[in-house]
Amino acid sequence: MYAVNYHKPASIEDAVAAIGGAEEAKILAGGQTLLPTMKQHLAAPSDVVDVRGISGMTDIAVRGDTVTIGAAATHAAVAASSEVDTVCPALATLAAGIGDPAVRHMGTIGGSIANNDPAADYPAGLLGLGATIVTNQREIAADDFFTGMFTTALEDGEIITAVSVGKPDRAGYAKFRNPASRYAMVGVFVAQTGSGVRVAVTGAGEDGVFRHAGLEAALSSNWSSEAVDGVDVGSDGLMSDIHASADYRAHLIKVMAKRAAAAS
Amino acid sequence: MTQVTMTVNGKAASGDVPGETLLSDFLREHLRLTGTHVGCDTSQCGACVVHVDGKAVKSCTVLAASLDGAEVTTVEGLANGELHPMQVAFNDNHGLQCGFCTPGMIMSGIDMVNRYKTEGRELTEEAIRHELEGNICRCTGYHNIVRSIKDAAASM
Repeated sequence: MYAVNYHKPASIEDAVAAIGGAEEAKILAGGQTLLPTMKQHLAAPSDVVDVRGISGMTDIAVRGDTVTIGAAATHAAVAASSEVDTVCPALATLAAGIGDPAVRHMGTIGGSIANNDPAADYPAGLLGLGATIVTNQREIAADDFFTGMFTTALEDGEIITAVSVGKPDRAGYAKFRNPASRYAMVGVFVAQTGSGVRVAVTGAGEDGVFRHAGLEAALSSNWSSEAVDGVDVGSDGLMSDIHASADYRAHLIKVMAKRAAAAS
Repeated sequence: MTQVTMTVNGKAASGDVPGETLLSDFLREHLRLTGTHVGCDTSQCGACVVHVDGKAVKSCTVLAASLDGAEVTTVEGLANGELHPMQVAFNDNHGLQCGFCTPGMIMSGIDMVNRYKTEGRELTEEAIRHELEGNICRCTGYHNIVRSIKDAAASM
């Protein structure tokens, strides 16, 4: 790893100042992607600004039918949270399946969505649930947040502070793991929410996580695995690599959608 | 440079570390605790697993500078006059061959047993295999590692 200056601010204001004062700063929330990337010299920030020392960043709280999860809450904390389980057990299940136990003890929800890896689990969960991403500047709907592969609506110096998720009527997540790396080759999150049925797909799209209108329409009229059978899932815009062709991923989207609906 | 003071295996350990120093390097190079192994250095193999504030983490993927005030336990800190039950079980069940992955296996094994006990869940063979997802062994085929952890769970 190249030399880097480490900062651990105690407040958002200090974090913003540290970012502004650096040549090129990266926010460190759990480091389970950032640090390996820096070790491979694929990222070489001059400074890292650790947001885990900011008060409230790891809090998880329920108000009404909404759970608000601090950006620095670890996957293990979300998986074990009774608050998350009350509002959306499918999100807790999703968190319990990220990486491995040691990674779940360090990796955070804010870090995962800020990175928006095309094979990450959380983007599917938050887009599927129509979550709200809260930053130090504004609130961003998940539909507007995930803008492309490894790309989000975050501006320079903008820091995710929390994620809010409303209680769905029901929800489920299923993923097909790469047999070697265990990353989602395809993951599908399905949710019946107050604003309709939402289906979000990760691991498959060339532009990262996306919603699938055909699956949403089918599950809106009949919430069941069988409803998925008649949906035409095309391979346009899907990734093709040594792990899976676009056609195979298209097939997996249907299979995972069926399993996710059955799990809800 | 960042001044860090942490508790490692019950003793205070401090140093001035550059921002990029990994916990695995701090343990091995600064404190000469070479029981923690670095296998892949890409967060996959788990040979470097230690406990930070009681939880298993990959020490090659944590900055030492971020751990001011933390309590760290490495494989060297387990035996207290006698070997830890997990160490005994790995010995009794031939849970290792070359031994390179063993420190991480033992630290992950203890972590999973503790978590399952706290949560009141049964640590079945299937659960152990699933929990070992982040620990890679290239010698044993895992069978005796799984047996070791199951054996230790009964006496922990």
